[in-house]
Parts: sequence; structure tokens; C-alpha cells
Amino acid sequence: MITPNPRRGESRMPKVVLKLGDDISTDIIYPGRFMATVLPTETPQYAFADHAEFNAKLKRGEIPPGSIIVAGKNFGCGSSREQAASCLKGHELVIVAKDFARIFLQNSINLGLRTVACPTIEASEGDELEILSDKVINKTTGREFDIVPLPKVRQAIIDAGGLIPYTRKRLLEERR
Amino acid sequence: MGMTIVEKILARAVGQDSVKAGDVVEPAVDLAMSHENAALVINQFTEIFKGTGLEPRVWDPSKIAIIFDHRVPAESPKTATNQKKIRDFVAQQGIAKFHDIRGDEGGICHQILPENGYVRPGYVVVGTDSHTTSHGALGAFSFGIGATEMASVWTLGKVLNVEVPATIKVIVNGVFRQYVYPKDLVLHLIGKITAEGANFKVIEFHGETIKKMPTSGRLTICNMTVEAGATSGIVPPDDETVRYLREEAGVKEKVEIIAPDSDALYDQTIEIDVSDLEPQIALPHTVDNVKPISEVEGVKVDQIVIGSCTNGRLDDIAIAAQILKGRKIARGIRMLVFPASARIYRQAIEKGYVSDLMSAGAVVMNSGCGPCLGVHQGALADGDVALSTTNRNFKGRMGNPNSEVYLCSPAVAAASAITGMITSPKSLINR
Repeated sequence: MITPNPRRGESRMPKVVLKLGDDISTDIIYPGRFMATVLPTETPQYAFADHAEFNAKLKRGEIPPGSIIVAGKNFGCGSSREQAASCLKGHELVIVAKDFARIFLQNSINLGLRTVACPTIEASEGDELEILSDKVINKTTGREFDIVPLPKVRQAIIDAGGLIPYTRKRLLEERR
Repeated sequence: MGMTIVEKILARAVGQDSVKAGDVVEPAVDLAMSHENAALVINQFTEIFKGTGLEPRVWDPSKIAIIFDHRVPAESPKTATNQKKIRDFVAQQGIAKFHDIRGDEGGICHQILPENGYVRPGYVVVGTDSHTTSHGALGAFSFGIGATEMASVWTLGKVLNVEVPATIKVIVNGVFRQYVYPKDLVLHLIGKITAEGANFKVIEFHGETIKKMPTSGRLTICNMTVEAGATSGIVPPDDETVRYLREEAGVKEKVEIIAPDSDALYDQTIEIDVSDLEPQIALPHTVDNVKPISEVEGVKVDQIVIGSCTNGRLDDIAIAAQILKGRKIARGIRMLVFPASARIYRQAIEKGYVSDLMSAGAVVMNSGCGPCLGVHQGALADGDVALSTTNRNFKGRMGNPNSEVYLCSPAVAAASAITGMITSPKSLINR
């Protein structure tokens, strides 16, 4: 499941729960000292571990699935550690950033973490955002921002449900 | 229209006459490297085979390299258990290029690959480590990927859906002044083009300075291209590449030279003259926050680190030993040295460098990633300032978000250890 559906009876638009600047590194998203933890079921507890307040909210279950992190340029720069994507996926967060670093973006696609590249995005914590296929509408300010679509080849992996099912399909085709 | 070196490598890896930037290809992989995160790769690899009725077998065990370097020796039962799981997998799959925790053949992956001749010009190399860009120093197209992507490579032997990257040509000319090194060049370049200036692109290095640069320096500059967002850095192979592979990596086979076409299409061209370049420092908390040392001298430091995949090679340790020989590290400062491989460590012992460093007060640790990413050894206190020859200074990078990390060359690190503050080697020697 790539896009979390709103829970039954939950009609509220997803909110921005965290606003960040440029160059947010994987050391901030998932500090290196937790890298021995690899299972996607275990990594979410360390998401933004050094951002104590936000991490505590995540762990207390106060951040509903589908909530949005808004960031500036080059989100996910640095290490290739896949835990940075899997820890956010575990909370079903959506990342709207001006743009993304290469390895983080590919890891997100491979794991089904929803990323939205939106170079002009302007939003504050608490704003409600509607994410459409081609634009983000900030329901709080009424402004709209264009999305840069993913290249088709990456979309194919998302449509397959992530890289594991995609590769499994290719494996079976090749061995047939 | 001609091809860049990476376009040529990818064309060959997909069996086509040519490819161009923007094409989507599925290149065959010549070498697939992982470190301790192979534990996660194994999980994902097993997951791919679930429900297929097929036995999980890697596509070619001779093309997989696994090197333990991030937490060596293991710092926790969890790490030890991951390492054990990988050891078992390596035995079961018959993976030969495996470097365990050993004093004869262990070390950091980005030194183990070149010094054992595992990387050759024209190869497609992938690694579950962002600094896999290093191996472009030997004329390979070498880039970092995530663990699930690696599981896919282990299964199919190719990388799926790769867009051929555009290439930035960087031409470097001029002779380095005394105490200025490839590290200063690459810090200067990152400062100039910013932390995302080469996002999704390759940096191809040219010019007289690069031609005269030994492979160790080329590894340093290619290593850090990822700090400008680059998919990879690459130096077109030449006589020095062949010399390194023959003399230092013991390669006997023919080494094929591959070169970009003279009419290749580049995204942009950047020219740098290093003749007047000062030692460069990256200030907290981004690698592109670069200033010449004259603007940073005097900043007090608490811990000095020399080593890592960026600057832990024999020439790096040699210059530090030369500066520190017969001198003392300032009281209150810790200096940690991490040779990039066990082989380099032994060479540094034979040449007397280890003795010089220890007599000055440095602690020479076993080869490994150590404190660079804050996972193992050398933790910083709240408020500490580290000066390091490693590659990243992000907030919290060395394990403590309440500390600061400055990046520099080994010469600056050694000079600063003596004074306890950021110090130009030139001003120290002239003092």
C-alpha cells in the first residue's frame, strides 16, 4: 500500500506535523548509532531520534498515518542507510520536499514511502494539505504548488508495490 | 555525438553501441559490495524468493564483496549477531570476496576493494554505502544504493531502471602549494557547487593536477563527490591507474583503458586552478559550508580524528606522522587515528609512523569506520568540537547532536592537534 487511505470516519485532511529546512541528512532522520537495527518493524522507534519532541509524539501514536513532513532542498542527503526510509514508512508519513537526494529517493520508492517533490512548497506546521497527482493544495492558505512527477521508470516500481514484488516478478519471468 | 566515460561504461554494460544521458538502462553489475548492512540485504533477498518455489541463490558469488568495517570488532551483541548471520550466508552462498575482522586482510570497504584489485576500469560497481563513489578513482562507474536495491542486484545481477546520469566535467590545473592536498581540492569544489550541486549527476575529473595525482588522492576526491550529491565521481584511467593496479593491488591481467570521447556532451564544465588554493575547512553542519583555513584558524578543538575511507591511507598517515614526529599533542585533546586497512596499518608500523604518532600522544585504533558516523568508538561530549579528516559534518553525525564537526586534511588535523586549535601546517612549521 503506497498511499494510506483515510480511516473510516476520518475525513480530515492530512496536516503538516513537522516543518524542516534544507539538507536534512539521514543522520538526522535515522542516527547512525541505531544502524545495527535493520528490521522495518523495529526502525520506526528511532525516526528523528535526536528530535526528542517529535520522536516522542511518534512513539506515543499522536501522529496519524498520512501526516506530512514538509522540507526544503536535498531531503535525505548523506548515507545510503535504508532505515531512513523504512522508519518513516513505518509511521506512514508523507514527505513533501523541494527536492530529494538520490539514494534516499530511490530507497523510498523501493519501500513504498510516499515522497512528493514540490519545488515551491510553502506550508507551516498545522496546515492542511491536499496532495493531488499534479499539485499540492494548501487548504489553510488556499495556495497551490506544482508537483514534479516521478520518472516513469520509478513509477513502475511503485505501481508494482515496491522493489521486492517488482524484482520477484522479474525473477519469475527470467526463470520461466 | 560522443559519449562521456560513464555513458561508454553503461553502453557496454547493456550491450549497446551507445547510450546517452536520460536513457533508462539495466546495466549488468561487475561488483556488488556491502558491509554490515548485508544483514538487511539478506532479509530482503530472502523476501524476494518467498512464494517463488525457487531456492535463494545469489546470481554470481564471485561478483559479491562483503567487508566488515562499520562496527569492528562488534560493539554490541546485536552487531555481533548481524555479523554472524552474514558470515553464515557468505559460507552458504560461496562468496569469496569476504573480509572479516582480521589483522591481515581486514579494513574499510572503500580501501579493501581497490587494494585487492577488485575494481577495474570500465566496471559497473554498486555498494550499499553512499561513499561507493570512491571507486571512480579507478575508472569504474561506481555508485551507492540501498539494501533492497542490493537484494535485487544479488537476485538478477543487474541494476533495474537506471537513468543514465548527465556528467559535469571538472578540469583541475595547477600545482598544489605545500600542505595542500586532494582533500582541500574536493572541499573547495563542494563549497563551490553546493551539497546538491551535482545531484543525480556524475563528476568526471580532468586536467594536469588529476593526471599527476596518485590513486590515493583520486580515491579521496571521488569519495567525497557524493557530498555534492553526485551519483558518482570518476577519473578516466591512465598510466597511474595501471601502476596502482599492478604495483599496489597485484593485478596481473590486462588492464583495459576506457576514455570519454573528445566530443562528449557535458551538462557543464567547471575549471579550477589549485595554484593559490589554501587548506580548506568545512564548518558545521553542512559539508558545503567551506572556508579557507585563514578564516577559521584559532577555533578550539577537543578531538582530532585522522582516518576513514576518505583520508586513512598511507600517505595521509605519513604526513600526520611527519608533522607530529618529535612533537606533543596538546593536553586535553584526544587524537584518534584509524588506518583505512590492516595492510596500511602494518605498513605504517613498518615505516615507523605508528610509533611517531603514539609518541606524540595519538591513539592508533584498529582499521574501521570508527567515529566517522557515530556508531563505534570516539564519542563526543556535549559541547565538544571535533576536527576530522572524515567526510561528513552533519548535526549528530559523530553520534552527539550537541557537538560540532569540522572537516579538513590530515596535515591540518595533525598541526591542530599540537596547538589544540585549528591551525595551518604552514604557520605551525614557521613558528
